[in-house]
Amino acid sequence: MDSVHDMGGMDGFGKVEPEPNEPPFHEPWEGRVLGMQRAMGYAGAWHTDHTRYQQERLPPHVYLSASYYQRWAAGMERMLVERGFVDPDELAAGKSLRPGKPLKRKLTADVVKAGLARGSFFRDPQGPALFKVGDRVRTKNIHPKTHTRLPRYARGKVGVIEMQHGCHMFPDTVAIDKGDCPQWLYTVVFTGEEIWGPDGDPSMKISIDAFEPYLERA
Amino acid sequence: MASHDHDHDHHHDHGSELSETQLRVRALETILTEKGYIDPAAVDAIIEAYETRVGPHIVARVVARAWSDPAFKKALLEDGSKAVLSMGHTNKVGDHLVAIENTPQRHNMVVCTLCSCYPWEVLGLPPVWYKSAPYRSRTVKEPRSVLADFGVKLPRDTEIRVWDSTAETRFIVLPMRPAGTEGWSEERLAALVTRDSMIGTGLAKNPNEVANG
Repeated sequence: MDSVHDMGGMDGFGKVEPEPNEPPFHEPWEGRVLGMQRAMGYAGAWHTDHTRYQQERLPPHVYLSASYYQRWAAGMERMLVERGFVDPDELAAGKSLRPGKPLKRKLTADVVKAGLARGSFFRDPQGPALFKVGDRVRTKNIHPKTHTRLPRYARGKVGVIEMQHGCHMFPDTVAIDKGDCPQWLYTVVFTGEEIWGPDGDPSMKISIDAFEPYLERA
Repeated sequence: MASHDHDHDHHHDHGSELSETQLRVRALETILTEKGYIDPAAVDAIIEAYETRVGPHIVARVVARAWSDPAFKKALLEDGSKAVLSMGHTNKVGDHLVAIENTPQRHNMVVCTLCSCYPWEVLGLPPVWYKSAPYRSRTVKEPRSVLADFGVKLPRDTEIRVWDSTAETRFIVLPMRPAGTEGWSEERLAALVTRDSMIGTGLAKNPNEVANG
C-alpha cells in the first residue's frame, strides 16, 4: 500500500542524528515490547510480514509521530485483536477475561539463551527462475492496496539483475494470509539517474531486492 | 498515540506520555502472560541477549578475520551466512546474510526504506537513527549528504552504492582495512571495526583513534 512507511526519496525529514553510545533500549518498556513481539512470532501467532503490514496500516499521523517501539506496541495490539488472540474488552480491562487460543509453541528462556534462530525464508521453487544475473529488467508500475515490498521510488524503472537469492516466501501474499507463494528473489541495481532523473547523483547506484512478480523483461 | 494535555508544560507532558505507554505495555504483557501465550522469563532473556551478548562485536571479528585471511574473505563474500557460522559464534545468523566489500572505487551503504530491516543477529538492535525517517527517506536519494551527517566525506569519483533491504536478505558492509595496520592481530583489528562502518555510514577507525594503536 502507498502509505508513509514507504519513505524512500521523501524530502523534509531533516538531518540524521546519530546518538553517541546509544543504549539498546532507552526505556525498559521498549525491551518488553521487543520481547513480546518475538515471543508471539516464535509461537506462530503471526509472521513478520503481518507485523509490517499492520504497522503500514496505522494512520499516517500515528506512524509518523510514534516512536519505533510505540509503533510496534500499537501494531501488536491491533494484530492481537484482528487475529483473535485478545479481545478489545481485555485490552480495556488490562487483564485476561477468557482463555487464550492454542498456539504452536511457547518461547522459553532456555531457547532464547541457546540462540534464537532467525527462520529461513527459503521455499521450494514452483518453477524455473525467469531471469539470470546480467538481465535487464523493468520493475512493474503497481500500486497494490495491500502489503508489498516494491518501494514506490523504484517502480517502472529499468535495472540489471546483479544477484539471485534463491526462492523465498512472498511477503505480498503472506501478509494477507494467502500463503507462501514462493518466488525467486533478485538484487536489481539501478543508476541514480534512472531513479531520480537528471537530479540524480551520477556517482550513485541503488539496489532493491525484488521478487520475480515485481519484474518484467526490459 | 498519546494524548497531549496542553495545560501541562512540556516536561510534564512528556512524562505522562511515557507513563501512558508504560501502562499499555504492562497491560499487554499481563494479558499475554495470563492467556498463556508468553513467558515473561523469555522476554527477560531476549532483553538480556540484546543488552549483553548480541552486538556489533560479532561482525567486527568477522571483518578482522576477512582482513587477515584472504581465503576467509573470499568465502565471506561468496556466502556470508556460511562464513559467519564457520566462526562458531553461538547466535544463529539465519540463511540470508550477504557481505559486500568496500573498495577505493566503491562505498556501500545499507538502508531499509520500507521499515527498518537490519542484521540483528550479527549487529544487534538497530540504532534509532537507522530506523528514523531522515535516514530512511534520504539515503536512497542523497547518500553523500547523509554521509556528511556522519562526518564522512568521500572522493567525488567513488561510486556510492546504496542497498535497500526490501526483502529478507540482510547486508553487512566489509569496510576497507585502515592503513598502518600491517601485522596486527585479528583482535587488535577488530577494535577498529565500528558498527557504522558495517552499515556503511562510517569508515573503520584509524590506528591513531584507538588506545595503544
